[in-house]
Amino acid sequence: MNNKLKNTRDEIVRISGVNPKKCMKCGKCTATCPAFDEMEYHPHQFVAMVENGDIQPLLESESLYRCLSCFACVDRCPRGVEPAKLVEAVRLTVIRQKGGNHLKTDDIPALLDENIPQQALVSALRKYAK
Amino acid sequence: MQRIGVFVCWCGSNIAGTVDVQAVSEALKNEPGVVFSANYQYMCSQAGQNMIIDAVKEHNLTGIVVCSCSPRMHEATFRKTAATAGLNPYMVEIANIREQCSWVHKDMLTGTEKAIILGKAAVAKVNLNTPLVAGETPVTKRALVIGGGIAGIQTALDIAEAGFPVDIVETKPTIGGKMAQLDKTFPTLDCAACILTPKMVDVAQNENIRIFSYSEVTEVKGFVGNFDVTVKKKARYVNEDICTGCGACVEKCPMKKVPNEFNLGMDNRSAIYIPFAQAVPKVATIDPNHCNMLKNGRCGVCSKVCAAGAIDYKQQDEYIQEKYGAIVVATGFNPISMDKFDEYAYNQSKDVITSLEFERLTNAAGPTAGKLLRPSDLKHPHTIVFVQCVGSRCASCAEKGKEYCSKICCMYTAKHAMLTRDKYPDTEVYVFYIDVRTPGKSFDEFYRRAVEEYGVHYIKGMVGKVFPEGDKLKVQASDLLNNKQLHIDADLVVLAAAIEPDKSARPLATMLTASMDTNDFFTEAHPKLRPVESPTAGVFLSGTCQGPKDIPETVSQASAAAAKVVSLLVKDKLKGNPCVASSDELMCNGCSSCERVCPYGAITYEDKEFRMPNRTVAIRRVAKVNPAVCQGCGCCTVVCPSGAMDLRGFANRQIIAEVDAICK
Amino acid sequence: MQVNERKPLIVAFCCNWCSYAGADLAGNNRLSYPADVKIIKVPCSCRVNPMFILRAFQRGADGVILCGCHPGDCHYTSGNYYTRRRMALLFSMLDYLGIEKERTRVEWVSAAEGAKFAATMNDFAQTVAALGENKRLEDLRCKK
Repeated sequence: MNNKLKNTRDEIVRISGVNPKKCMKCGKCTATCPAFDEMEYHPHQFVAMVENGDIQPLLESESLYRCLSCFACVDRCPRGVEPAKLVEAVRLTVIRQKGGNHLKTDDIPALLDENIPQQALVSALRKYAK
Repeated sequence: MQRIGVFVCWCGSNIAGTVDVQAVSEALKNEPGVVFSANYQYMCSQAGQNMIIDAVKEHNLTGIVVCSCSPRMHEATFRKTAATAGLNPYMVEIANIREQCSWVHKDMLTGTEKAIILGKAAVAKVNLNTPLVAGETPVTKRALVIGGGIAGIQTALDIAEAGFPVDIVETKPTIGGKMAQLDKTFPTLDCAACILTPKMVDVAQNENIRIFSYSEVTEVKGFVGNFDVTVKKKARYVNEDICTGCGACVEKCPMKKVPNEFNLGMDNRSAIYIPFAQAVPKVATIDPNHCNMLKNGRCGVCSKVCAAGAIDYKQQDEYIQEKYGAIVVATGFNPISMDKFDEYAYNQSKDVITSLEFERLTNAAGPTAGKLLRPSDLKHPHTIVFVQCVGSRCASCAEKGKEYCSKICCMYTAKHAMLTRDKYPDTEVYVFYIDVRTPGKSFDEFYRRAVEEYGVHYIKGMVGKVFPEGDKLKVQASDLLNNKQLHIDADLVVLAAAIEPDKSARPLATMLTASMDTNDFFTEAHPKLRPVESPTAGVFLSGTCQGPKDIPETVSQASAAAAKVVSLLVKDKLKGNPCVASSDELMCNGCSSCERVCPYGAITYEDKEFRMPNRTVAIRRVAKVNPAVCQGCGCCTVVCPSGAMDLRGFANRQIIAEVDAICK
Repeated sequence: MQVNERKPLIVAFCCNWCSYAGADLAGNNRLSYPADVKIIKVPCSCRVNPMFILRAFQRGADGVILCGCHPGDCHYTSGNYYTRRRMALLFSMLDYLGIEKERTRVEWVSAAEGAKFAATMNDFAQTVAALGENKRLEDLRCKK
């Protein structure tokens, strides 16, 4: 793993607060994932790929934006690995590398719907930002 | 004043190479109390020991200092030598000038200097040594086994076989435990009842064994060799001595809608019941929560039909007190509750069951008479999904699961899958696993047979959710090796629930002052070398109360525990460690500080009369150490505010003398 | 003029079950550490009365180290927990009296950790040596 990748990996781990080493590779996250069919890389692969430093394919993958942030994987993971947070962190890394949000703060009020959960709103901001 | 002899060992060149042994023995000659000092090539050899014996006689020595290897090596040797020479063995001190001096220092000068100081410290200590005699306590030659599962049964049988009386205390109305509920046992597939029930009969017929069924231990006092135990025999409203176990009452009892715990609530029993046909003792028990006669006085059918007249609605709980020399804990396990696992829909569908329930479903004596039918509609299931590690290896949430591996699930799931395919070849069987762990004799072969010969689909992955839809269970799972998500329409889902220690274990551990780990498994005295003893002397561990185990392991541990018990009970007297705490009654102010820190409960208080001036008598509360229970850690000596508590062999004065000798 | 390098004086209390055995193992493996360290065997680290440590400092010790079994591994189940708490209090009091915190230490050394024992003693001896001569606690009763 070259240094740059290693730094990106460490950064992702830092932002997410996830320790991918805790994963025991049971696959319950992937078993739970409602967006499985939409995703190229599945939750358990996210964890393994981050741990192995296989970051580049993740950064380029559409899967990042297919994750619903439903956090089912976080809830069900028997080891407390929290894959969704990792997906979120990879997403953030991409956004940071590209520089900033592409949705203006002024645009947000028009998009607001009372029934949208806050979590969905925040994820939407990041997901559909470009 | 002591007359001390100093013996400096060369240990060949091990010590003499870096320490000037001649200089050491010369230097120590002038220490207070020393009347004799010598050095020799090998003090531990016969010649060296004879040298000590001769010197003791010739110089009337009262204390001995050996400057040699670590006391962990030869302290016992030199203590024996002292005893041979007619000295108290505890008048010997070792100065460790090999491991902690000659071997770690290179330079002769520093080595010799340090050896002299270590020698001086030992001399200073011996000057204050007092002869110590290990206390002796008689041993009550009777053992108590708590728990009547296969572990308790095996332990009791082995102890009884050796000729000692044993009592088994079991909370359920019958002994047999979890094994009695099982159908077949891996890896040989013998029927559990066929191998267990003869043992249960042996227990019933063995004249050395008494069974207290439907009973629990409520109080434990005392210590190794002399436990005082109170057992509560719960009222079963049936006179055990008269009841013949004919079952007429069970048949006639009008209250038949009580969930049958033996079949895990999958069918009903009557309010008066015998758990299963081979129960030992085969005696009926009335469930007071469901009996109409006990609840509102309207019924009494059982009493009318009982030809023996054994029914006694007025029976009370009975407390029995007994003395025991040793206690074996065999409290066993339970599957964990599935309530927190919403994703598997255990509480939503009757067709999601635990493995133990599956065990009852396939058992010929179970609710379906051995036919594999799903509980909801009693139809034959054609697709069965087994989920392993439900709650095992679960570190994320302590309330939900357990961090440890439950050990037995891989094998019993393989067994269930194999038996299902064997009896019902038209059934598709899927097993979802994280890892298949099969260390054990013929275990992996068994698992491979399930895959290769019986065509069980083993899938590396986990089930993410189960939800009932129509009469099917929709199972969503991952197949990691193929990187797929699977959707299976199952008829029956079987959860391999993690196992946890029985709930009664925690209060029992408190009663026994036996330690437990964070999972409420009992801790062993040493994880490798003393696996069946608890750190509390006289308390032994048998079976799953110590950790997850299968039947062969449980039985071997049960027999090992029995062997340990027998080797304790065979002794008439127990010799203790003489280096125990003792309290100076005149200084003790009865503050209880020491009692609170003692990990063994060795300290009690008693009111004692003291003669005071002018012929008056004062009664004061003073600490009393039981030397048979005290292990000699010395924690109490430090908390004692008045300095009344001291430790024999490591007295305050002795350690201070060592400090002084070192810091001169 | 020859400068005589001052040797510090260090007292080490080792529990019988773990640390004393650890020290023996250091010896078996010939792992050297300064001869300034002198070991006193106690059954358990919780046997070490603060009095013993004060006495050592009265008599001119430059450093005192306590070694016991790792937390959770105490032969007497809970002794080292008491040690940990007691010594935290004692050491901060000693610090207040002018005996630097670096001169006192509690360390967990198991019977298998000979290397750790030697490394600990090397480090401690070095630390204590760097601090120079210790202030000596005085027993006022002796002054009368």
